[in-house]
Amino acid sequence: MGIISSSIARKVAMALSGLFLVFFLGQHFVINATAVLSPDTFNSWSHFMGNNGLVQGLLQPILIFGVVFHFVMGFILELKNRSSRAVKYASYKGSTNASWASRNMIISGLVILAFLGLHFYDFWIPEMIHKYVESHPEDPTRYYAETVHKFENPVRVGLYVVSFALLAMHLWHGFASSFQSVGFNNKYSVALTRFAKVYAILIPVGFIFIAIYLHLNQLPH
Amino acid sequence: MKLTLKIWRQENANAKGAIQTYPIDGIEPDMSFLEMLDVLNEQLINQGDIPVVFDHDCREGICGSCSLQINGEPHGPDRLVTTCQLHMRKFNDGDTIVVEPFRAKAFPVVKDLMIDRSAFDRIQHAGGYISVNTSGNTIDANAIPVNKENADDSFAAATCIGCGACVAACKNASAMLFTSAKVSQYALLPQGQVEASERVLSMVEQMDKEGFGNCTNTGACEVECPKGISLENIARMNREYLSASLKG
Repeated sequence: MGIISSSIARKVAMALSGLFLVFFLGQHFVINATAVLSPDTFNSWSHFMGNNGLVQGLLQPILIFGVVFHFVMGFILELKNRSSRAVKYASYKGSTNASWASRNMIISGLVILAFLGLHFYDFWIPEMIHKYVESHPEDPTRYYAETVHKFENPVRVGLYVVSFALLAMHLWHGFASSFQSVGFNNKYSVALTRFAKVYAILIPVGFIFIAIYLHLNQLPH
Repeated sequence: MKLTLKIWRQENANAKGAIQTYPIDGIEPDMSFLEMLDVLNEQLINQGDIPVVFDHDCREGICGSCSLQINGEPHGPDRLVTTCQLHMRKFNDGDTIVVEPFRAKAFPVVKDLMIDRSAFDRIQHAGGYISVNTSGNTIDANAIPVNKENADDSFAAATCIGCGACVAACKNASAMLFTSAKVSQYALLPQGQVEASERVLSMVEQMDKEGFGNCTNTGACEVECPKGISLENIARMNREYLSASLKG
């Protein structure tokens, strides 16, 4: 059995792709936060991210690969893990020895996957059509108004809030646990776990705040 | 104490099992859980019924024979004890107690509550040993200096009795806590260095072949382990495995 199919190699691959996505999430949050703090900065940074050759041609494909890899591997491992206990317990008290977040990564992960579908429908697909299909001349000031407009619908804001709550749960277990997976468990682990747990709450709450803020601060049509 | 027992009964490995209910009376709070099952079995034998089959040997928490998933937890509701060390005072008069075998595809049921844990033996055989020259010039182990911290961690890992509670508790039926304890007890000592790379690769390969699930770091194994084997061992095994794989 080669390293590719080994349980530990897969576990490390899940951890590394997860850490990469955690890093991406932080970068995404910083740019989104400028929508609240300074719409002009939001426009210029969005323009840079949407038009820089390195970001679009290299980083974006790497990111998409990272996302697809993380959820495909997550499904493969979930199926394998489910098949490892063919006969289920009549009585099983999972909550006495492990947190809900750690036992239900597949549920929080599926919600995040569904959210990504909505998010791509909302932003990524229209952006690709705008730039590469319809070939509009670039307007560096359009991003803030377009983003604010997306958050006009309260149902969409509600879906974003629920999704980020599940993202917080996914990160609550996943971020801290990825260090254990890559073999990092030593005297620094307590501090690192604390940082990961704070990150797991602050970043999703920040995204929720931005979505609600934009909903409440709509631009005149 | 008067109790209602709901026990998994299964004729043999291929038979379809089911939970059966047994009322039981006259249980002393100071009895161990296995002594309570002995009382039940005497009752069943006196009635002309077939007694419940369960694993047990030393009855003092060191052999790793007793298993049992009791009310949804391996070795029952108490911590850092095996089933034989679990006392009936942990339950209340009138309780209903569900007793099942440890469940995992790699631990098939032999009969009733008895399971086949030879998968653990095969993991041990794959690398749980060191090579020592016994030609007459063997160096006394006590003459080899060992860092105190490593010696303590190695000893802690070696206290694993291989009962399988880690697999039973894990939602994925993963055997990583067991395997990592067996890898760690050697990896931390100078005597274990010769076969270090080969050991971790072989033991993990065997663990995967046996059909155990993957670890997702829920930590349930560490909580339910009767010997308190630490998750640090899994991180160590992951490190050892990665470094051995990179060495090729």
